[in-house]
Amino acid sequence: MIRFENVTKVYDQKARPALDSINLEIDRGEFAFLVGASGSGKSTFLRLVLKEDRASSGAVYVAGQNVANISSWRVPRLRRGIGVVFQDFRLLPQKTVFANVAFAMQVIGKSRSVIRDTVPEVLKTVGLEGKENRLPHELSGGEQQRVAIARAVVNRPGILLADEPTGNLDPTTSMGIMGVLDKINQNGTTVVMATHDDDIVNEMRKRVVELKNGVVIRDEAKALYTSMIPVVGQSRRLRDASGREEPQVVPPRAGSRAEARAELRTAGEGQA
Amino acid sequence: MRLAFVLSEIGSGLRRNLSMVISVILVTFVSLTFVGAAGMLQLQINQMKGYWYDKVQVAIFLCSDGSTAPGCATGPATPEQEANLRKLLQSPAVAQYVNDFQYESKDDAYKHFKEQFSNSPIVDSVTPDQLPASFRINMKDPEKYEIISETFSSQAGVETVIDQRQLLERLFSAMNAASLVAVSIAGVMIICAILLIATTIRLSAFSRRRETGIMRLVGASKMVIQLPFILEGVIAAVIGAALASGTLWAVAHFFLGEVMSKQYPDTAFISPGQTLLLAPALIGLGVVLAGISSLLTLRRYLRV
Repeated sequence: MIRFENVTKVYDQKARPALDSINLEIDRGEFAFLVGASGSGKSTFLRLVLKEDRASSGAVYVAGQNVANISSWRVPRLRRGIGVVFQDFRLLPQKTVFANVAFAMQVIGKSRSVIRDTVPEVLKTVGLEGKENRLPHELSGGEQQRVAIARAVVNRPGILLADEPTGNLDPTTSMGIMGVLDKINQNGTTVVMATHDDDIVNEMRKRVVELKNGVVIRDEAKALYTSMIPVVGQSRRLRDASGREEPQVVPPRAGSRAEARAELRTAGEGQA
Repeated sequence: MRLAFVLSEIGSGLRRNLSMVISVILVTFVSLTFVGAAGMLQLQINQMKGYWYDKVQVAIFLCSDGSTAPGCATGPATPEQEANLRKLLQSPAVAQYVNDFQYESKDDAYKHFKEQFSNSPIVDSVTPDQLPASFRINMKDPEKYEIISETFSSQAGVETVIDQRQLLERLFSAMNAASLVAVSIAGVMIICAILLIATTIRLSAFSRRRETGIMRLVGASKMVIQLPFILEGVIAAVIGAALASGTLWAVAHFFLGEVMSKQYPDTAFISPGQTLLLAPALIGLGVVLAGISSLLTLRRYLRV
């Protein structure tokens, strides 16, 4: 679904590249975490997929198409196939929940009747039934992010990019959001999520791609936030900060995992 | 659906930016009024030139019923006198200065008079009998007017010889200067209008950057994103142009039609209807102004 071939992105000739000869493939229907410190190239990766920027060299394929060959007037069509969710939700404050989601359909010319049918369905998927007429400031952070997700997926994109979607949310709410994303992924949408949230990555046990200084330093299936391979020379304090659990033991916090799963289910039923 | 959406976007944009939109309307109004004033002066010049101005330089008016000139002692010009004059015009002494000449009968004169003074009440009180017949002469060199004047003034049946150009040229050059001034002021105002439209669209794009950002992300086409901004500028400019057209019409109707034409009944003025011919040009100019400045602005401030 997304394929990077030797992609390098240089913003400033004097500095090191933001992405350095990246080779990566994310398949249709996959769920992948993109982890790494700030400045490691996660956001650049997402921008290249959206064709917000051009790769300095190498080729980016989205849905089998080299984005460099998409003419500027066809870029909107590319973006219709990709939903995006941000850390700061980016809702329109003066529009209701329904109108915010409907907006994404209006601007691409969907008919009123299609909008009337589709929006409540999507709001149900993200667990916001009965809140159609609320304004964003009347919702909790988690609910606002659900609206943002509903807006991102209402046009049924093949890919959902999430840039730290849980960055502003508490752990419980975050798990609810992950439940929604997981459900969308179950329906066949490829999800790529850039995140710093180690708990979530560890709970979800999905593919993890770790970037550092623009290079992929790890690409593991069903992985944890930190590498299974012990890093030599890392201070105790740093390891505490980045990965609280000992990675080699299989399910580190069985209790909390069960809790999280329960939350996933309730989130799926729209109770968050 | 998409049209309704674009329209609602335009409405909200105009409402949100009301003071800027009003200033755009006023600036285009003033600048296009100056453009229109220049156009009106040119129309007025054309009107005053009448049928003969561009074709001939010198007119020899023949005696008619009310003539009091010394050459008209015998009453209206007779056919023999006309024939004599015609012969004289064709004689080598005169013909060397003349390209060609035409005879305007009383009926022709009446027809041309009616055309030129169609907007004036005077047209109803004039009959063909009151208008003199004339020879209209196209000179090889208009400066040689004196020769024709000397030769014909004293002929029997000639009331007067007139150099039309000399009569009107000074007035026309003043009017041309005035329209030049109007065009230069209009030029400055148009630059002002373009910059103001650009600023307005920039502000509008800035105040709606959330919406446009989301539209970009969900794959709205360039047209859907940019059209509301372009149309906002265009609508404001068209309102300004319509106001300018209305002002020109009012000037023609109230000032020229009611005041000037009563003070100078022997001058042909343009009709209010003629100024409306300028309206499409002004509106077109407004649309082009707004369109160009918004396209340039959007390319810089609203990347899609």
